[in-house]
Amino acid sequence: MPASASQTLLKVDGLSLAFGGVKALNGVSFSVEPGSITSVIGPNGAGKTSVFNTLSGFYRPAAGTMIFDGHDLAGLSPPKRAALGLARSFQNIALFRGMTVLDNIKLGRHCHLKTGALQALFYTPAARREEEQLRREIEERIIDFLEIDHIRKAPVAALSYGLQKRVELARALAMRPRLLLLDEPVAGMNREETEDMARFILEVRREWGVTVLMVEHDMGMVMDLSDHVVVLNFGQVIADGRPAEVQGNPEVVKAYLGSGNVEALRERFQRAAAAGAQARRAA
Amino acid sequence: MDWWLLFEITLAGVGTGGLYALTGLAFVLIYKATRVVNIAIGEMLMIGAYVFFSFAAGLALPIWLAVPGALLVSAAFGAVVERTLIRPMLGESPISSFMVTVGLASMLVGLVELVWSADQQRLPEFLPAKHIVIGQAFVSPKIFYGFWIAVLLITAVLLLFRYWRGGVALRATAADQAAAYSVGINVPRVFSMTWMAAAAIAGVAGIVVGSIGGLSSVMGVFGLSVLVVVIFGGLDSVAGALVGGVIVGVIEALAGFYIGGEYKLLATFSLLVLILMIRPYGLFGTHEIERL
Repeated sequence: MPASASQTLLKVDGLSLAFGGVKALNGVSFSVEPGSITSVIGPNGAGKTSVFNTLSGFYRPAAGTMIFDGHDLAGLSPPKRAALGLARSFQNIALFRGMTVLDNIKLGRHCHLKTGALQALFYTPAARREEEQLRREIEERIIDFLEIDHIRKAPVAALSYGLQKRVELARALAMRPRLLLLDEPVAGMNREETEDMARFILEVRREWGVTVLMVEHDMGMVMDLSDHVVVLNFGQVIADGRPAEVQGNPEVVKAYLGSGNVEALRERFQRAAAAGAQARRAA
Repeated sequence: MDWWLLFEITLAGVGTGGLYALTGLAFVLIYKATRVVNIAIGEMLMIGAYVFFSFAAGLALPIWLAVPGALLVSAAFGAVVERTLIRPMLGESPISSFMVTVGLASMLVGLVELVWSADQQRLPEFLPAKHIVIGQAFVSPKIFYGFWIAVLLITAVLLLFRYWRGGVALRATAADQAAAYSVGINVPRVFSMTWMAAAAIAGVAGIVVGSIGGLSSVMGVFGLSVLVVVIFGGLDSVAGALVGGVIVGVIEALAGFYIGGEYKLLATFSLLVLILMIRPYGLFGTHEIERL
């Protein structure tokens, strides 16, 4: 079923998730428009990664629906979701250590390949064709595009953090995604690496037409890149809109700084100081 | 010293070592993919041998039917074990799934004694019986052909492991399960395929071991030497299993001949003590240690 009926690529509605007594997500709803870059932000522990893990099928939500391109994701295993066009990267890099960059990227195409065991063992023409086609596409489109040609034979474990993140992005692109889920794509990167990554994310959308949903802490990058920002706090959506709207929202400021009201804060300090002085006098 | 004799004994050791390597490979596959230390590998080998016995002697099927039949049954058996005993243990501590395989081992011994009785059985002869002579050294034909069967199968498995999509999926699963899942690899299916493949490989080893030494409900003891092989080579190292298999095979053969048959296992376990003291993660294993 194509999404032509509705404009939305991903619609999350009333998503709830609990670990024991902790409500990680509580009625989270938002939507992602095709071709947009949507960011999910929020303080630590707000439930951003939980949203991602529920979307990619690692957690089963207690309630709520996730409709991706007209398909209900409920009950679909992670590989089935991958086949539908959901690809993701991880907050802590999750590459296949011990394999080369090229092998890692090729594994992204795993779910689309057809060669069987016997064909591979004897390396039949069909298997060879498939392998060559895959190699060409990956080399021409992905490796050149992400500027990682010089390291494609290197084992991933030997690469710098920024490059590893880039290989993760390459692997996700090899999955031919329709929606790319990026979990903190620039966490721990220096300024230059961050700018590179921001450029790649913009180009992924422009050249490949891939919709992006990302979790990120770097506010500068979120506000620059995003068309749409969803703010989570304690597992609930507290704001949702264009970057400028969200930035000015008092709820959001409060979530990040505790309280936006400096006068109220000063008053609280003064009251506490007075109470302390009184206690000392009494003693 | 009679050098030809030494050569002959070493060859016999290498032959047995090939079977250790093959069974060790089955063990390492399971450990790599599912992180389960499968103590029941020797008993799975025994099941393969007894199923073959039923087909070849009981039903008197020709060899070319009995072998694939036994391997199919072994693989199905591996799938059942994975689905009913191993998968429910997912996410439990390694020691728990280890204990499950300890239980599995004694269940399988019981099963064999119930179905096939505790008496020794002989497999029908199917390997050529003509003695092999290399220079002045004699090699028992069963060990000779058994060795080449092991080499052939190991090569096939290694090629598949390296080049086949499913083999790559297995390596990817071994490296990072969450990442494997998210790129579309069906991780539960990789688990069950691995157990099926390992059970079938152990089954081949069982058929050869059974045809060399006969069948009995204690032939799972073969698994003890295999355990030494994989600890020696490193639990998660395919190369380690191959090298370790040959080394343990040769050491056992030499100790058996020059010191005495009853010292075979003593030599094996002395080697185990030594390796645990010097390199507890094995010759080629990853430097992380699972305490059991």
